Amino acid sequence: MAAGLAVSIRGLTHRYAGQGAEEHALDDVALSIDRGVITGLAGPDGAGKTTLMRLMAGLLKPVSGEIEVLGLDPLRAASELHLRVGYMPQKFGLYEDLTVMENLVLYADLRGVTGAARQAQFERLLDFTDLHRFTGRLAGKLSGGMKQKLGLACTLVGQPELLLLDEPGVGVDPISRRELWRMVQALAAEGMAVVWATAYLEEAERCDALCLMNAGRVIFAGPPGEQIARMRGRSVLACDIRGNRRHFLRRALGLPGVIDGVIQGDAVRLVLAEGQAPPMAELGEDAPRIVPVEPRLEDAFIDLVGGGPDGRSALAGTLAEVALPAHIDPEAVIRAHDLTRRFGDFVATDHVSFSVRRGEIFGLLGPNGAGKSTTFRMMCGLLAPTSGEAQVMGIDLKHSAPAARQKLGYMAQKFSLYGNLGVERNLRFFAGIYGLSGRSRDRKVAQMLESFELDHYRGTQAAELPLGFKQRLSLACALMHEPPLLFLDEPTSGVDPVTRREFWSHINALVDRGVTVMVTTHFMDEAEYCDRIGLVYRGRLIAVGPPDDLKRQVADAALPDPTFEDAFIRLIERDDAARAAAGGAP
Amino acid sequence: MWRRILTLIAKELAQLLSSRRNVAMLMMPLLVQLVVFPFATTLEVRNAAVAILNEDPGAEAVELVNRIAAASAFGTLHPVHSEAELEQAIDAQKALLGLRIPPDFSRKLLEGTPVTVQALIDGRKSNAAQIAFSYIRDITSTFADERAGQVLPARIERRNLYNPNLDYKWFVLPSLVAIISTIGCLLVTALSLAREREEGTYDQLLVTPLTPGYIMVGKAVPGILVAMTQASVIAAAAVFLYGVPFTGQLWMLLLAMFAYALALSGVGLLISAISASQQQAFLGVFCFMVPSVVLSGYLAPVENMPAALQLLSAVNPLTHFIALSKGIFLKGFGLAEVVPAVSALFAIAAVTLFVAHRVFDRQARS
Repeated sequence: MAAGLAVSIRGLTHRYAGQGAEEHALDDVALSIDRGVITGLAGPDGAGKTTLMRLMAGLLKPVSGEIEVLGLDPLRAASELHLRVGYMPQKFGLYEDLTVMENLVLYADLRGVTGAARQAQFERLLDFTDLHRFTGRLAGKLSGGMKQKLGLACTLVGQPELLLLDEPGVGVDPISRRELWRMVQALAAEGMAVVWATAYLEEAERCDALCLMNAGRVIFAGPPGEQIARMRGRSVLACDIRGNRRHFLRRALGLPGVIDGVIQGDAVRLVLAEGQAPPMAELGEDAPRIVPVEPRLEDAFIDLVGGGPDGRSALAGTLAEVALPAHIDPEAVIRAHDLTRRFGDFVATDHVSFSVRRGEIFGLLGPNGAGKSTTFRMMCGLLAPTSGEAQVMGIDLKHSAPAARQKLGYMAQKFSLYGNLGVERNLRFFAGIYGLSGRSRDRKVAQMLESFELDHYRGTQAAELPLGFKQRLSLACALMHEPPLLFLDEPTSGVDPVTRREFWSHINALVDRGVTVMVTTHFMDEAEYCDRIGLVYRGRLIAVGPPDDLKRQVADAALPDPTFEDAFIRLIERDDAARAAAGGAP
Repeated sequence: MWRRILTLIAKELAQLLSSRRNVAMLMMPLLVQLVVFPFATTLEVRNAAVAILNEDPGAEAVELVNRIAAASAFGTLHPVHSEAELEQAIDAQKALLGLRIPPDFSRKLLEGTPVTVQALIDGRKSNAAQIAFSYIRDITSTFADERAGQVLPARIERRNLYNPNLDYKWFVLPSLVAIISTIGCLLVTALSLAREREEGTYDQLLVTPLTPGYIMVGKAVPGILVAMTQASVIAAAAVFLYGVPFTGQLWMLLLAMFAYALALSGVGLLISAISASQQQAFLGVFCFMVPSVVLSGYLAPVENMPAALQLLSAVNPLTHFIALSKGIFLKGFGLAEVVPAVSALFAIAAVTLFVAHRVFDRQARS
């Protein structure tokens, strides 16, 4: 095992051409990366993770500072470095029109790996990634998780000493993510230096070493356990909450002793300020049981950046209560009945039925390609069902789509507003599209600018906004017509934890007013915000229920207190097992 | 609902004018083409080089050579001394045209017997050489007629109708009105919709009460506005800057512009309907633009095309608009001439818009 330093960085600063003198992509970064361990490079989008990766791979020239990779200067010894470093960017350059094997051969050719060495490596890599069965399949036809594994295999051709993985877990479901993790662990155990960049702090928590970044700076470097230990005693779970847990959360966040809080199933998880005892006096009446729990890295992150938002939403005061017309069943404001969608022979959504009641947050979860997005798109009218019904507010989307669409707000996963228009123009546009005009339009736009604190950015082009404000603007545009239903498609992927909490405080305010929310997500802790979860797998709804119920369903002696991710994985494994038992293909 | 469409149109225009680069993208080709096109694509021959092998020492031959030298079409005259040299001059592209005056030219001319002057044309530059050759033929026949000393019983007097001095700017500018506005309109309709698809804003629009039909109108109207603005700028420049006469009615030209822009926006929307990305839309625009200019009659007369291509040319909106533009500018087109062509444009618009709407609608429902 080759122990020792793989990367050493000192005083590294980088600025991109378009950035002003005060802005930095990286600001005075110092870091060392050891061989034989996985170093987590964690932080929200825009924290500087990719820039740092590219500097280590010798693809960028730093503005100032020192960087040494495997004893080499990444720029001067670039050609040697490229043979010894494996870099897997976020969108790895797989050739989708080539087969798995052809992709591997291509990367072997590029790295000059030939003859017997090539055969041996291919054998090992295909074993390792379990892609033997798929060597003849086109890379474009692989699932997200398999693509990522193939990307990893291609990166590993030539046996690099340093492996740089830029957010390998993005768009990969928890099962594939676990597999990928196990593979990388095995590589590190053989002595490879691995850098795993991620925006998921739960992922970073598992790394051997951690470099926590925010806004171009390293805010912590060391073992993640150190941060967890520091927070011990400050993370608590308020159980057996009486009344509305969202109201409870808001009240708790208003207390000076509480720096952060999230909903976790039926309970609320709080992080206390340093040296604070649980505020039993203020909260005890509604939550008789407040118990300490194991801290998470996210708790530490929130603490390091100075605490989360206070849970209040300026939106709350401006919203009218959603009134349901008498003929609509409040138990089924959104209803799917035997919803089925085929693409050729492939059944993406297979006889899915569920209903969502007024004021509920309903989450759709599932592995990639399971049919979650297809179902979601049918429910908001972007895709027509092959058979079955999709109804919102009692209106069938098939028959009077425009009328139904006036009832729903939609926020896409990707920022999808007009980037080259100003904030105010975007707001005015969506107000106009939803039929507001004249003074009511002016009033609504002004109100949104105020509620979401966008006033300052009024004239800024939407594309130039900081991520958190883009998020707010998207939500503001989706709420322009005060829809009773809100559809959110992975609304907070890539967003930092603070912004995510703020986003959910707005959602909580909306739900309080009777807005019904349907959301898809990859974040397990976001799933915990939902009142109910529908788990989609192979096009079918395999489980529906409150998050805590789903957890209880999988709890056993070996795992008495499963996390939601455990529940997710076990429910899917059970479904696979049931299928196998029934004689179907696994 | 019209308010929502107005909102869409206002948004589209705001996006177009949002950056200087966009405005420059729309205006620069206009200005550049306006300055360059009329000069670069002139079909006139000026200052062409001619090689002359004069084997006749007589005064008549010298007079003919002088006449040619005096014509504005011809610049340098290369005197050569053998047939080989004559061929070589053309071969080396020193001359566009070679002329051989036989030894008995002066004698036969004075005798009144027929005499032949041989011309060698550079076939590689057939167009320019043909034109130069026709100038030479004009000069020699006039010359011969004078020498013959007798009035021929009948003579062809050529006069170029509508463009008496064969000023090629007159021919090019009205066509340019059509060609430039084509680019602007297609960019707005085809590319901007493809961009919305790429950036996900199209989905965002589809979840609003807007239907694909409204979204199409929201794209078509700005496209028409852009095309008509560009066409008007060139038309104005043609009249006021280049002095091209305007013999028709202004409202007819505007009507023709509108009909053409409508047909184009149909084509643009159809392209965007079948393109998944901006890149594809861009290729689509090119696949339409190039053949449409070639088949429009701008470069070669439609009458000379094979029947199949003539048919294609008839469904090409540019053919009709170039004919209309030239007609209204130069030939004083009246209603009788304008109506059929404008109707053809409206028919093309109806078909393309209908098909584009079908495609969009089907996509939105699938």
